[in-house]
Amino acid sequence: MDRARPRVAIVGAGPAGAFAAASLLRASGEVEIDLFERLPTPWGLLRGGVAPDHQEIKRLQDTFDRQTLERGCRFLGNVEVGVDVSHSELMRHYTAVVYATGAQTDKSLGIPGEDLPGSWAATEFVAWYNGHPDYRELEFDLSGTRAVVIGNGNVAADVVRLLTLSPRELERTDVADHALEALRESRIEEVIVLGRRGPAQVAFTSAELRELGHLDGVDIRVGRDDVELDPVSREWLAEEGTFTARRNMALLREFAARSARPGAERRIELRFLRSPVEIRGTGSVEAVDVGRNEIIRADDGRLRARAVDGAVETIECGLVLRSVGYQAVPLPDVPFEERSCVLPNDRGRVLTLDGEPLRGVYAVGWIKRGPTGILGTNKRDAEETVSRLVEDLRTRALPEPTDPGREQIDALLAQRKPDLVTVEGWRAIDAHELERGRSEERPRVKLASRDDLVRIARGG
Amino acid sequence: MTYVITGSCIKDDACIEVCPVDCIHPKVGAPDFETAEQLYIDPAVCIDCDACVEACPVDAIFADFNVPEKHEYTLEVNAEFFAELSTAERTAA
Repeated sequence: MDRARPRVAIVGAGPAGAFAAASLLRASGEVEIDLFERLPTPWGLLRGGVAPDHQEIKRLQDTFDRQTLERGCRFLGNVEVGVDVSHSELMRHYTAVVYATGAQTDKSLGIPGEDLPGSWAATEFVAWYNGHPDYRELEFDLSGTRAVVIGNGNVAADVVRLLTLSPRELERTDVADHALEALRESRIEEVIVLGRRGPAQVAFTSAELRELGHLDGVDIRVGRDDVELDPVSREWLAEEGTFTARRNMALLREFAARSARPGAERRIELRFLRSPVEIRGTGSVEAVDVGRNEIIRADDGRLRARAVDGAVETIECGLVLRSVGYQAVPLPDVPFEERSCVLPNDRGRVLTLDGEPLRGVYAVGWIKRGPTGILGTNKRDAEETVSRLVEDLRTRALPEPTDPGREQIDALLAQRKPDLVTVEGWRAIDAHELERGRSEERPRVKLASRDDLVRIARGG
Repeated sequence: MTYVITGSCIKDDACIEVCPVDCIHPKVGAPDFETAEQLYIDPAVCIDCDACVEACPVDAIFADFNVPEKHEYTLEVNAEFFAELSTAERTAA
């Protein structure tokens, strides 16, 4: 019996979705792929997360484009699955649905004052400076001289750089225009970065940590006491520490040994073994109360930070950016593992909460494994999911969808989303942004409003 | 001469696949692969063929004489990575 070419919907056009589409096209020449995206633009955090001063990494979009859209994978942008079209509708139209929706919110600190105006998730600041259309209206108060960044990972490093880079350097990037204007007027002179654990346990890559010590006109300060390792950390670093952890310690010791540069316009100060206990202010953030921690080896053998009794120090500041990790949100009509915030899955095959396979539903990227790893991690992750999917196609384990024709989903989308953005629309946006970039000697000038994006996509 | 991987590396493994002398580490599946922040080229083994440069999707790889100034320190980092565990030791493991 002849079967129609299998049609696969990938939900989310970020790196995980793009790597999955590329991997699926490599694995099976006969599959048709539709890449759904709730924004009018593809590539997710590559466009909206990767910092604007890290342009070289954004070149990955050329590979994504070449391996997906140029090979016939369709882009269906400005369509939100779960809102504009439901999971069960996708299941009627596609042989398989692959969720690649990422982790769309931030973890909370769970301390009083976290929601005061002036206290933000770092991811909101990131989305704002990268021109994510849903965040362009946010207003960050940069009129105070001190900001506090909570967290010791690469998102924390990114926001610290964006707060301290000179406008002259920012102007050469594709930072969103509204953010460039606001950062030009910024009065922030000092950014204090708090790490819950010690210097040996920071989650920065050594490349990102090193950058913080090599910014033009920016001093880095690390207290000498702060790089003295406790016995537990010293033993851990010697016996289990990674290459990156050893390099980070060498960098931090070098920073601690530097003397202050008198002419520096801005300062970054890294403090370790500190946790915020309360964010305070009348009406908006005025200060953060910070307690001290020590490193202990827990019963499971892992190192943990534990609060120690003692004085709480107060850091006055007008802005707090909380950067303690991303977290996924449940999707309508798809099982969700509340504890680990992922779709329950076996190597990418989505399962019901009872552990039974949910035929035809797959997961890839952060919604599958949690928010860990770097861009390339998604490539292996995608290959794992795609090999399950290809196996299920080969063994005909998947039921035929009831309305498999491409024209059927297209008719539904035409009715629900007249302002759908296709690959031609995205190419128009891309060309427009690059052209404006050329005229301003910037890599790209982003359109940051949904209306503008849709208008340019439709040839306006 | 050698090629060198800079801090822009995203651990796409395309370079490992094309390297004719297996001098790019850690490899997928190696004990330190997941914790590595980037991949590194062993300067003692690299034969300067530039296959990895072509394969890299983010242009993170340079010839040692051609490394942009801000990435020059990575020459030392790549060498240091293999000083801890050489390609020969890694291959024997």
